[in-house]
Amino acid sequence: MALLDRHAASRDAYQAIRQASADPFSVRFDSVISPTEGVINGQRTILLGTNNYLGLTFDPDCIEDSVRAVREGGTGTTGSRIANGSYDGHVTLETALKAYYNRRHAMVFTTGYQANLGVLSSLVGRDDHLLLDADSHASIYDGARMGHAEVTRFRHNDPEDLYKRLRRLKDAPGEKLIVVEGIYSMVGDVAPLKEIVAVKREMGAYLLVDEAHSMGVLGANGRGLAEEAGVEADVDVIVGTFSKSLGSVGGFVVSDMEGFDVMRVVCRPYMFTASLPPAVVASTVTALRKVQETPALRHKLHANAKHLYDGLTNLGLATGPNCSPIVAVTMPDQAVAIGMWNTLLQNGVYLNLALPPATPDNRPLLRSSVSAAHTPEQIERVLEVMEKVSREFGLLKDEPKRALA
Amino acid sequence: MDLITNPTVLEVARAAEVVLGRSVHVTAASDISRDLAVDSLALMNIVMELEDRFDISIPIDRLSEVQTVGDLSSLIDNIRNKA
Ligand SMILES: Cc1ncc(COP(=O)(O)O)c(C=O)c1O
Repeated sequence: MALLDRHAASRDAYQAIRQASADPFSVRFDSVISPTEGVINGQRTILLGTNNYLGLTFDPDCIEDSVRAVREGGTGTTGSRIANGSYDGHVTLETALKAYYNRRHAMVFTTGYQANLGVLSSLVGRDDHLLLDADSHASIYDGARMGHAEVTRFRHNDPEDLYKRLRRLKDAPGEKLIVVEGIYSMVGDVAPLKEIVAVKREMGAYLLVDEAHSMGVLGANGRGLAEEAGVEADVDVIVGTFSKSLGSVGGFVVSDMEGFDVMRVVCRPYMFTASLPPAVVASTVTALRKVQETPALRHKLHANAKHLYDGLTNLGLATGPNCSPIVAVTMPDQAVAIGMWNTLLQNGVYLNLALPPATPDNRPLLRSSVSAAHTPEQIERVLEVMEKVSREFGLLKDEPKRALA
Repeated sequence: MDLITNPTVLEVARAAEVVLGRSVHVTAASDISRDLAVDSLALMNIVMELEDRFDISIPIDRLSEVQTVGDLSSLIDNIRNKA
């Protein structure tokens, strides 16, 4: 058996998708010209699948600070912080995160993926228990696999199911760590955090919230779902990423836990990889400041999200349970999903094609993420194209609501 | 087809039917991924269903030992005997 033969099933599935269309997993942009526009095959295209929630990737101050940092500090750190030491920027960024979240400890990782790998594999160990929401992101599952705790899944966003599973572990030795996400990345639904906190308290567990998609998006100060739900004091660990609302790359963890700094010498995904380069750190520090200083970005984001969500729902498309900057439409089957995705792209709208098993309930999705940087005209244009294409694919039964210009 | 007498194997089959939404014919020797066409996510969902049927906790990190329906049913029997 050749080494890659074990992936024959994935290869065949991928082949089938590629034959049907342009390859949804290797879209190539000729150029990206703003947070909301790119050029694909020579055509200007509205970007609606970038997680660029606040549109900060082209913020002039973030760019200036990044440019200054690369000139002053060079293109890379060429090593990990344990081996090569920290740059001033790393410490500045961690200090800013501590102040923002009002926590005693902050640790920056090279990606959000690695932050989850690191925390889930090091914070709990043998005889401890991880309780993961069944729809958790791959980085959470992978972190759980890398560590030595026993792993139990509970039904998605179901605090009673969590309670039942914790009750079964009541007499088991070891600590219990519950892991949930603020906004779930596929359909934009939000964890019932107050209820989960009540279960956590009653059963004496710890709670970690991955705010990857909710940082900068939820809460009066943008600190995420924990802030919005008013339960920050009950969340023991917050994980997040710089790759979405902050428009750069990197991950972080904040906590008030006594002695959290020991993580720096036990957490392998922190210790054995190169630290973030100065340019990335600098734009992230500035973006974090913008998130705090500019609540208007958040208001704009939510107005845009409502515009798209209401528009698609009113067309009669199968949108998710609540309005959020992630707006997903469930597709009847894979062939329609792939066909729709391609036709949307041909009509100048780029969004994400999400296929099982990465989706809940094994249903294919067209997933959009809205940005504060979208104009109302862009959203209106997306709705027009969506209506036209959905009708072509027989997803709409009634009369046209919009005329495509 | 072999007659299934092991009650745990029968429960595994019923849990698989609930999760997969189709009828499932198994013996203890059935290979879960090859014969039942169950991927790793569906297997985790079947395990969740089985946890509820038996009111036990089946850590998913133990699934690396599981290839056949018989493996899964012995894992369940072991956990129940320990409780
Ligand atoms: C919930 C969740 N956690 C973690 C990550 C990983 O973040 P990053 O892309 O920064 O590695 C992502 C996104 O990819 C995510 O959706």
